[in-house]
Amino acid sequence: MKVALFIPCYIDQFYPKVGIATLQLLEKMGCEVVFPQNQTCCGQPMANSGYEHITGDCTKLFQDNFDEYDYVVSPSGSCTLHVKEHIPLKGRIYELIEFITDILKVESLEGEFKHKVGLHQSCHGQRGLHLSQMSELNAPFFSKPEQLLKNLKGLDLVTLDRKDECCGFGGTFCVAEEAVSVRMGQDRLADHLKNGTEILTGGDTSCLMHLDGIIRREKHAMQVMHIAEILNQAMIVPSLEG
Amino acid sequence: MTKSNSLPLTHNSHLGTHSERAEIFNKDFDRTTWHDQTLYMVRQKRDKAAFQIDDWELLRETASQIKNNVLSNMHDYLLQFEENASNNGIKIHWAADAKEHNEIVFGIISDYYRGEIPDDTFKGMVKSKSMLTEECHMNEFLAEKGIEVIDTDLGERIVQLAEEPPSHIVMPCIHWKKEEIGELFHKHLGTEKGNKDPQYLTEAARQHLRDKFLTRPIALTGVNFAVAETGEFVVCTNEGNADMGAHLADIHIASMGFEKIIPQKKHLGVFLRLLARSATGQPITTYSSHFKKPRNGQQMHIVIVDNGRSTQLGREDFRNSLKCIRCAACFNTCPVYRRSGGHSYHSAVAGPIGSILAPNLDMRANADLPFASTLCGSCSNVCPVKIDIHQQLYKWRQVLVQEGYSPTSKTLAMKGMSVVLSNPGIFKFSGKVGRMLMDKLPFLVNNRMNPWYKQREMPEPPEESFRDWYKKNRK
Repeated sequence: MKVALFIPCYIDQFYPKVGIATLQLLEKMGCEVVFPQNQTCCGQPMANSGYEHITGDCTKLFQDNFDEYDYVVSPSGSCTLHVKEHIPLKGRIYELIEFITDILKVESLEGEFKHKVGLHQSCHGQRGLHLSQMSELNAPFFSKPEQLLKNLKGLDLVTLDRKDECCGFGGTFCVAEEAVSVRMGQDRLADHLKNGTEILTGGDTSCLMHLDGIIRREKHAMQVMHIAEILNQAMIVPSLEG
Repeated sequence: MTKSNSLPLTHNSHLGTHSERAEIFNKDFDRTTWHDQTLYMVRQKRDKAAFQIDDWELLRETASQIKNNVLSNMHDYLLQFEENASNNGIKIHWAADAKEHNEIVFGIISDYYRGEIPDDTFKGMVKSKSMLTEECHMNEFLAEKGIEVIDTDLGERIVQLAEEPPSHIVMPCIHWKKEEIGELFHKHLGTEKGNKDPQYLTEAARQHLRDKFLTRPIALTGVNFAVAETGEFVVCTNEGNADMGAHLADIHIASMGFEKIIPQKKHLGVFLRLLARSATGQPITTYSSHFKKPRNGQQMHIVIVDNGRSTQLGREDFRNSLKCIRCAACFNTCPVYRRSGGHSYHSAVAGPIGSILAPNLDMRANADLPFASTLCGSCSNVCPVKIDIHQQLYKWRQVLVQEGYSPTSKTLAMKGMSVVLSNPGIFKFSGKVGRMLMDKLPFLVNNRMNPWYKQREMPEPPEESFRDWYKKNRK
């Protein structure tokens, strides 16, 4: 299956390892992965700030890069949601985890990752893309990221007191409302620390960047990894075994 | 009375934007923790109560559809309500805006006294909770006319004694601790100094208010639901103060925003089940009082208020905010509200719903509010009438920017960003330069001028971007 990779601008510039893990993971799963070279950004930073009306050039550029592909995959719930809601494509965009569970139909992953892992449910992935059930609704539980994590050998998934509260990143909110943003992040981390998270993971590098900034400032021992990094590191590729 | 993170006690936004006020609020770390946890507990009670009903989501959908029907047939339902209520002996008044509402209320009082307001302390009004009168600033208006309004909801009485507006539409004094209420009551009601026992304080308030109920001839209540089919209205309270006021007074005035209408009495079975569960996690409010006609010798008035609601009804993207039944579930679940407090919103209705209602009333004064959100979407999920609150926050941002209520500096920054992000060449180049500068000259970004860096480290710039790695390793 041929897949075009959309690597959001800040991942490209600051977290290339997340892009690399995403690419390698999809390759291990048998996909042919291409990275259209002239991609930049989906335009979400402007749109969420009230400037959707000046994102036309970004939209056009995005379409020029991705219109020829049936499957566009991105390791970011937030950017994926923005594209889904605002950029008409000939094909379709998927967030990495939903692509693995819904299109590649992976029920569970074999592999090993011996750590206590805390999952941060990013709001746009969860409430926007419905990657997992939301605590506000009286509806049956499901979680696509947990589905992929839970069978990894040695992985101990932490239960949080507040399982899906926002981390406070929120795009430009993180600087415009600095005090509340940081406090929300501190509270999320306190929940993870209390419940024993060693490695904090999630599907959105933006939330993780914000939380990691606080972790490093406050010198917590917790490590941060994007879920693609964990899955890529843990996954045993059957064809390469023996 | 000093409260460490007490905020400017008015609704004027020129005294500070949401983010400025929230920053003050957050200076007291422990109090912010307490505020967050108190309200999160209410959210958890809501979950527990809601999830005991198997058809909860169906109930929400039903309520939403009933309210959609109301919005589409507002004119007819209002006239039907007016006709039926009038036939029941209730006098209906129509107020185009806040000023008219206040003048109508004053006119009713003035008529009662035959134009001569007596000069005694017993001439005033007892009022049970009405956010609409907060929206209209009625208390201040009547005070200027020499008429004292006594708020009779305990929480509202507390903030009234403290000369503050409510910080929450269901729990007006949720930002007050019992020790502080003890101190306030000691000062105003003469309770023992240092006594913070809730039972004792409540009893003191009860005696204090009982005296007001018995002596004031005019009672004002809000309206939770007005039934078009029967011309009756329902007021929900936990303290019975609406009943106490209305049943003892010579005149009962009920103020309602026109969106409070529901078509038929049977629909109360949907809304009363949703309201208290969403608000406090109770199966039903303690008192759901139905008022249909004045008792012998009593006057009953309803003031139906527009005050911007027609404009909102005409805004396609925002009209369904008028479905709101004022349960405040969106407040309690909002991670921003819980960590910034109601006064940070400088609007009669705070929280997520307030942030989509307030710009309709005054875009300039409330241009900051739709930005006081991470767009996490939890508000829309708890809303019992399924208002797409977070989508409307996003849409208000677009409207406010296009109407010119965004700082020029921000517009320039966004335009610059747009140029970089829509030109791959510039993007690649500036990314490289940026990462190099962050690496070689970290003080350019790691300083106090950068709000990110105040309490967070910057990401560590990698040596190469993903696209550089890709070129080397895959092509």
